[in-house]
Amino acid sequence: MTALLSVSDLHVYLGESHILQGVDFEVADGGVTAILGRNGVGKTTTLRALMGLAERSGSVVYDGSEIAATPTHRIVRRGVGYVPEDRDVFAGLTVEENLRLAERDEEPRYDLVHDLFPELKQRAKQPAGTLSGGQQQMVAIARALLNDNRLLLVDEPTKGLAPLLVAEVARVLERVAELTTVVLVEQNLGVVQRVARHAVVIDTGRVVHAGPARDLLADQALVHRLLGVG
Amino acid sequence: MSTFVLLTITGLGLGALYFLIASGLSLIYGLMGVLNFAHGAFLTVGAYAMWFTESKLNGVAVLPRFLLGSLVALVVGALFAALVELVLIRPLYRRHIEQVLVTVGLGLATTALVVSIWGNDARSVPAPTWLGETTTVLGAHIPNDRWLLIAAALVVLGGLEAFLRRTRYGLIIRAGVENRAMVTALGIDVRRAFTLVFAIGGVAAALAGVLSNVYFSTVDPARGTSLLIFAFIVVVIGGLGSLRGTAAAAIVVGLVQQYANYYASTGLGDLSVVLLLGLVLLARPRGLSGSFA
Repeated sequence: MTALLSVSDLHVYLGESHILQGVDFEVADGGVTAILGRNGVGKTTTLRALMGLAERSGSVVYDGSEIAATPTHRIVRRGVGYVPEDRDVFAGLTVEENLRLAERDEEPRYDLVHDLFPELKQRAKQPAGTLSGGQQQMVAIARALLNDNRLLLVDEPTKGLAPLLVAEVARVLERVAELTTVVLVEQNLGVVQRVARHAVVIDTGRVVHAGPARDLLADQALVHRLLGVG
Repeated sequence: MSTFVLLTITGLGLGALYFLIASGLSLIYGLMGVLNFAHGAFLTVGAYAMWFTESKLNGVAVLPRFLLGSLVALVVGALFAALVELVLIRPLYRRHIEQVLVTVGLGLATTALVVSIWGNDARSVPAPTWLGETTTVLGAHIPNDRWLLIAAALVVLGGLEAFLRRTRYGLIIRAGVENRAMVTALGIDVRRAFTLVFAIGGVAAALAGVLSNVYFSTVDPARGTSLLIFAFIVVVIGGLGSLRGTAAAAIVVGLVQQYANYYASTGLGDLSVVLLLGLVLLARPRGLSGSFA
């Protein structure tokens, strides 16, 4: 496997709490790698640490270079897109302004964004804070797709969405995975089954399983033991 | 009637002065979460830069001296503020207690430095003749410097609104006020916006320094500190981080101060502003406008 991202001995403290206790995993170039685990085990913190949004120690090698000490904006400029857990759209800015703010490339991929989310074109002048949860998720994903990123970190994109929208997000992720490598934190195993090639399971701040997603999801006993479902 | 008109225009002029100081304070807090107690020092530096430049141009006519002095004040204000951000504030992001200590210390040190160089006494500041004359409106003789104050505040408000709405840096600042971390997660080095916002705040405060020289006809070392207190009240009433809220609050504070001083008792103006602050905070804890611009 050619690793685009290699994480080793990643530690994060939030106050007195030792959230990540030496996380190790690799992300293959291409496809979707899902990060799974029960609530509160450190999945979101892992993505935030990779982005430099949480203070971390350890090693994060992306595309052959160490980025563990690199500031967030430089990590992004090296081709890493981020879709945060709570969307974090700028509520006071219009949809158009949210997208314009995310532009980095000379030719932002508005054709792709409008192809995937035609609704955003119609709502360009609408303040993002007045959009529904699903529409805000579209904006959050669109911001990351606007530039030609090599790696996308997507945190629970289906959280709080209606079943119809969950299917829509899964369709978008499938399409995105054809264009770029995706690290996906996701609780919905149906979505994981549909889009993920690899799976990494985290428990209490450590990786407890890594391997093909299909093998993990086929083993109900393992899923039950690691994720508490099934 | 003429008294009421005079009080109203004077109150609006005073509110304009407060807005010029408070706008920078509000933007700095909104974007960076920094309570800049050194903001009064920006005003003092601007006011003295203007007076000093004017005093060195003795043979020149008053108008060009005034304009050149004002220009120097704005440049010095911008450079001083940017330097403060780069040298003192940048190493202390997210360390709020240290920020307060450093900015309070800088404010005190600037005043002490000015006193040690030019003394405690107020110095007279020459201004163009027209500013010392009056214009009659509805029977009230309005000092012309009030119009200049109001016009300057309107230009700054319009300029800031245009900057925030029509430029990329304005977009970054508006987004940064909402969620700074997410701005960096879009690949933007938000620290540049920090320096720019400080420089803008420095220009506006220096302009307030220039106009306070005109309003009071003098410059003195305590000017920045005394006006800063009212600017903070304006920012809190307006809603931290809200430019329009700051403008509205500046008008209200300026008018209340003038009306209370005249219709109640001289000296009650300051007290009434503090009471107003308490009332607003009780009714709307996040100020008149909890959101940004």
